[in-house]
Amino acid sequence: MTIQQVDPGLVPYQILDVEGNLVREVPELSAERLLSLYRFMQLGRAFSNKIIALQRQGRATTFGSLAGQEATAVGLAAPLQPQDWLATSYREIASLFVKGVPVPTVAYSFRGFIPENWPSESRCLPIQVVIATQMLHAVGLAMAAKIAGDPVVAVGVCGDGATSEGDFNEALNFAGVFQAPVVLVVQNNGWAISVPRNKQCAAPTLAMRGAGFGVPSELVDGNDILAVYDIMQKAVKRARNGQGPTLVETLTYRIGAHTTADDPTRYRDPAEVEAWRAKDPIVRFQKFLTRRDLLNEDRVRQIVEEVEEEVNEAVQIAEAMPPMAPGSFFDYTSATPSPRLQEQRADLLRYIDREG
Amino acid sequence: MQMTMIEALNSALTLELERDKRVVLLGQDIGANGGVFRVTEHLQRKFGEERVFDTPLSESAIIGSSVGMAVYGLRPIAEIQFAGFLFVCMNQLVSQAARIRFRSAGAYTCPLVVRAPYGGGVRTPELHSDSLEGVFLQTPGLKVVIPSNPYDAKGLLASAVADPDPVLFLENIKLYRSFRQETPEEHYSIPLGKAKTVQGGTDVSIFAYGAMVNVALEAAKLARQEMGTSVEIIDLRTVWPLDEEAIVNSVEKTGRAIVVHEAPRAGGIGAEVTAIINERCLYSLLKPVGRVTGYDTPYPVPGQEDYYLPTPARVLTALRQVMEP
Repeated sequence: MTIQQVDPGLVPYQILDVEGNLVREVPELSAERLLSLYRFMQLGRAFSNKIIALQRQGRATTFGSLAGQEATAVGLAAPLQPQDWLATSYREIASLFVKGVPVPTVAYSFRGFIPENWPSESRCLPIQVVIATQMLHAVGLAMAAKIAGDPVVAVGVCGDGATSEGDFNEALNFAGVFQAPVVLVVQNNGWAISVPRNKQCAAPTLAMRGAGFGVPSELVDGNDILAVYDIMQKAVKRARNGQGPTLVETLTYRIGAHTTADDPTRYRDPAEVEAWRAKDPIVRFQKFLTRRDLLNEDRVRQIVEEVEEEVNEAVQIAEAMPPMAPGSFFDYTSATPSPRLQEQRADLLRYIDREG
Repeated sequence: MQMTMIEALNSALTLELERDKRVVLLGQDIGANGGVFRVTEHLQRKFGEERVFDTPLSESAIIGSSVGMAVYGLRPIAEIQFAGFLFVCMNQLVSQAARIRFRSAGAYTCPLVVRAPYGGGVRTPELHSDSLEGVFLQTPGLKVVIPSNPYDAKGLLASAVADPDPVLFLENIKLYRSFRQETPEEHYSIPLGKAKTVQGGTDVSIFAYGAMVNVALEAAKLARQEMGTSVEIIDLRTVWPLDEEAIVNSVEKTGRAIVVHEAPRAGGIGAEVTAIINERCLYSLLKPVGRVTGYDTPYPVPGQEDYYLPTPARVLTALRQVMEP
């Protein structure tokens, strides 16, 4: 199947059904690669569980759960090459891991600091909190790549709520007009904090937004990693070949709370959560891999232990990293702090010296 | 060569496009049309549609995509057709362009210039004359530059393009074609963050920028004739961050100060200049600092705008007040 239709319709693209049975051909991926994707999904979930636990102990700042969305997060980043750019919200931390941002670096940011060793060569923009803004950054990165004549693609990711923002729509419009080598992904997890998807937009799908902007789009089962991977690699390839942008909507579900500051029992039916739990993207992929003899119960247990160990070590490294120096916020405001900022910085440091 | 501010800006942009392949220009009507004020005239023809291009009518996307381009390594120069339309892209300018260095602890930066015409007295429709510089005093990470003449405009724009961080470059509409000035054809730059003494004096300091520099000069001439007052005029040029040394040095010399700007008074550049004087040289003051500014109302409709804008007569009144024994 090639991406070309304008309105993708109402049936999401699927390769694995809910039981992990193949309903389409498997994309070309080695056994090693398939297992690596599975491991990244487990890593994302372990990271999410760990930071939430740390937050409960007062050792981490507010954190948005990643649980249930691992297929989309891992699948959207997997087809990217090192020179490609990724601009995400806070729900795609597993995408950053796939793209090469070290786990301790991200863990450090949930200590309430900005990682000062963010690997700029990973070409991952810092986690964006201001909804939908990153979609325009992705388009701008892609426009720049096209102007520079580089074979570079940019991917922007946002949630369903973000599609109601002006920036999302302006990003689609710019992407279309400038035929930017960009893939814009909407990770539709059903809820924008407490507001359900059907109160965000009256259209039956968010993917159909592409049509109004002349941007080809796809609707994908966001809990099916093979489907997400397959559509993404096609969209990335189109972009790299100069065929322009693609909009991808992935249908998934936020199993956890919006953040550690949120209580979803106030606004949604636990039965809905349970129904989606049965469609867990990790379990689905696991069933497929087990049937292919790439996984068994022992191997699953081993991988889960491994990623939990990796996350624990990452947290230890992050907790051993020095806190940001007091007043370093002056250093990152501009390349050269103005005389006033230098004075304010000196003032703060004198105060700290005096008061401890 | 004698140039208007429009010609000086066009010359600066031409040189930047020639000097640096990374420089690209984007905005509304800047291509074939050369910009609604013709600042970008002929640039698309000279440098091609890849580097000088029109965008959809979409301010937030102009700035948001420029952030992406700047992070990538280009040097975008974005035009917002009128400064009043900056409200439409406040989020991208304030929460994104000005904060990407901070958010990434320096891993990514945004060397972006946003040009926008501003200022009153030319009978425009609503929100085409507003002075918004005061709004950006609380936008850490963003510099705000406002030239008062063609020579400075060209040199300051060169520095803005060379700056590693975002610069909002506001161009006074009335000054665009009001006079010509000897301006070199070759490249030169004037440092950001440095005020200029337009005229030395000993009795009172006037701090102004943009179109108000000439208003201050007129008023100073009248004050000399009427009271023999020696007025020092400081053109702030970069209104954020302010050249505090220039402000303090001048007030320590004259002991009297007036700030003149078109923008509303509350919480503006004048308020900040006054606070700097209070903090750093209050005891040099012989009289309270005077502010001659726009009023704290919306910018009025064309039929009423002459009542709003500071005039030489209003500045003269303020000069009389501070010169009272």
